[in-house]
Amino acid sequence: MSEQLYTELQWLPRPPENFSKRCRALRESAGEAGREMRALASFALDENKLVKLANSIQSLRSTPDLLQPLIPFRLGIISNATSHFLVPALTATAARYGIALECIEANYGQVMQEALAPDSMINRARADAVLVAIDYRGLALGGLLGDAAAAEAVVAAAIDELRALRDGLRNNSGASCIFQTLARPVEATFGSLDLALPGTSRNVIDLFNRSLAMSLTGKQDLLLDVGGLAETVGLSAWHDSNLWNIGKIPFANCFLPAYADLACRLIAALRGKSRRCLVLDLDNTLWGGVIGDDGLEGIVIGQGDPQGEAHLEIQRTALALRERGIVLAVSSKNNDEIARLPFQKHPEMLLRENHLAVFQANWNDKATNIRAIAAELSLGLESLVFLDDNPAERRLVRDMLPDVAVPELPDDPALYVRTLLAAGYFEAITYSPEDQKRADFYQDNARRAALQRTTGDLEAYLASLDMTITFQPFDEVGRARIAQLINKSNQFNLTTRRYSEAQVAEMEADPNCFTLQVRLVDTFGDNGMISVVICRQDAAVWQIDTWLMSCRVLGRRVEQAVLQELLSHARSRGVIRLIGTYRPTERNRLVEDHYSKLGFTECDRVADGSTVWGLDVVDRTDVSLPMKIVRIDDAVSRPAA
Amino acid sequence: MHDPILTGLTSVFREVFDDDELELKPEMTADDVDGWDSLAHIRLILSVQKAFGIKFSPVEMNRLKNVGDLIALTKDKQRQGAAR
Repeated sequence: MSEQLYTELQWLPRPPENFSKRCRALRESAGEAGREMRALASFALDENKLVKLANSIQSLRSTPDLLQPLIPFRLGIISNATSHFLVPALTATAARYGIALECIEANYGQVMQEALAPDSMINRARADAVLVAIDYRGLALGGLLGDAAAAEAVVAAAIDELRALRDGLRNNSGASCIFQTLARPVEATFGSLDLALPGTSRNVIDLFNRSLAMSLTGKQDLLLDVGGLAETVGLSAWHDSNLWNIGKIPFANCFLPAYADLACRLIAALRGKSRRCLVLDLDNTLWGGVIGDDGLEGIVIGQGDPQGEAHLEIQRTALALRERGIVLAVSSKNNDEIARLPFQKHPEMLLRENHLAVFQANWNDKATNIRAIAAELSLGLESLVFLDDNPAERRLVRDMLPDVAVPELPDDPALYVRTLLAAGYFEAITYSPEDQKRADFYQDNARRAALQRTTGDLEAYLASLDMTITFQPFDEVGRARIAQLINKSNQFNLTTRRYSEAQVAEMEADPNCFTLQVRLVDTFGDNGMISVVICRQDAAVWQIDTWLMSCRVLGRRVEQAVLQELLSHARSRGVIRLIGTYRPTERNRLVEDHYSKLGFTECDRVADGSTVWGLDVVDRTDVSLPMKIVRIDDAVSRPAA
Repeated sequence: MHDPILTGLTSVFREVFDDDELELKPEMTADDVDGWDSLAHIRLILSVQKAFGIKFSPVEMNRLKNVGDLIALTKDKQRQGAAR
């Protein structure tokens, strides 16, 4: 295995013989074609095939309904190089991530003009984000050799230039920016000295990349690590001077599919589409051999044996993913008792039962088991990745559950980890302490479900959870997590309106906005922020602009508690009526009856399927709820957890 | 078709221009094929290089006037490759 893993996207299945035919058939679609687009995009496509699929997508664009259920995203592209070849690659690749991408290209070489002129093509296009595809040739990074101060000044000036660009785009169009790290040229000035000597391209680009990354942390702009990709596949292959000379193409075309995949993962992560759970097969995946046949002594796992070390590395990787918040589950064709033995008794195993949120070892087919895992964790199938050495199982799951990501694996288990991670299923654009705890959340939740099954009586169960709910208006501390929830929540989300962190910050100060961030602690632990509500005041009426909740806390009467909190604030501000809207999406059927369950009455039904609901504030008296309520005001800051 | 290079080139052209009916003729130029613009041309050349495991220099690419030239150059390169 080598760069081909990345150039040929080897974690994806090869395209079928009839790929071109299916692309052409797509163009004749009369109904929703988004699923077929996504299916076709989910093969390992080279540039020619990406172009075919992109042409088909493009041909249906004038009828947006045909792109359903892909979600729209408008991407501006500004570049110092030829960007035209990026458009079909990005358009087709985005469908792999469930996104109907529309690209708007700036005029060639007009980087700053496009950003700063309010009426430029890019600014008029009202893009969701702008990809600033600048390579090292597009920034003035020359310096005096040996002059550290000059090198730093040159880098600072380049970062300032990008900042000006970003400010221009944000002020003129509101778009976020995606900035690229630079792939350094391979030609050295001296040799090994270059890294140490200020002013060499190696030294300056290194400094630039780190400065760029640091300048973006905590901002709404995103970093696309093109420099990292180029190093991974090999800088000498990445830079093709002939292509630059012929057509100002900034890197070798064979890397276009990998580049587009990297960029689209980022956009998908921005839209909350990164995956959250890794489902693991056992025999010949987590260990060598078959536990049912070979027994505890016969399976191969652990140091001292190359195969055993390869499987250990898979376990180590799973644990590292869990550390950063990815939930782990097991799906295996085995007797439950036997399958658990290595986790309980084998001294070399790194993974233990307490690392796994769901353990499905039985003789059902794997698609059924994976569906059960998703249900138990209240996660959509879109959130799951399934790792299995067996090609037949992989194909079955892919056929039955196309929303689950199933990486193709090479024969050698030593290559599983690299293949899994090359696919970038778990791309994240931020990392918060809440993420760190997420795997525990889901695991506790599965335990809660087990407890509920044993207690039977719901009220007694809820009381036994010993819940404390905390209400607080939006604030700076919660801002990143609030924005994350607003952009990620799909199921329990009444309106699915997405707001950037900057927009969330504006709401904090807006006197016409009433906002709530809600946290929940229970006997099993801290659930973190589990609900977000935004109301906009319109005379004596509150319009509930956003109401979302984490599905982890479904069935806990949290909705009722939130409503009582809203009513109490509404009363004290002289508001007489709450108006809520349900806007249906592909994912939020769950809350179709949310308002009716809470006692609102339907007052309107809109053509797009939205329903509007009203509740008079005076009508309601508080009921007792199975939780302790804590309020934190604007003035008081949140105590440390 | 018995000429393996012509057969190979035909399938490259069909893939690049997404036309399963496309037949190559020596006098054919970019004007005769739907979608053969400058960017598609680069894609075509790269696809030919990949399919046959050969490399063209920019000078050689510039000299190509029609499909006949491309067939001749590809044959030439393959022969050089085989002789090496």
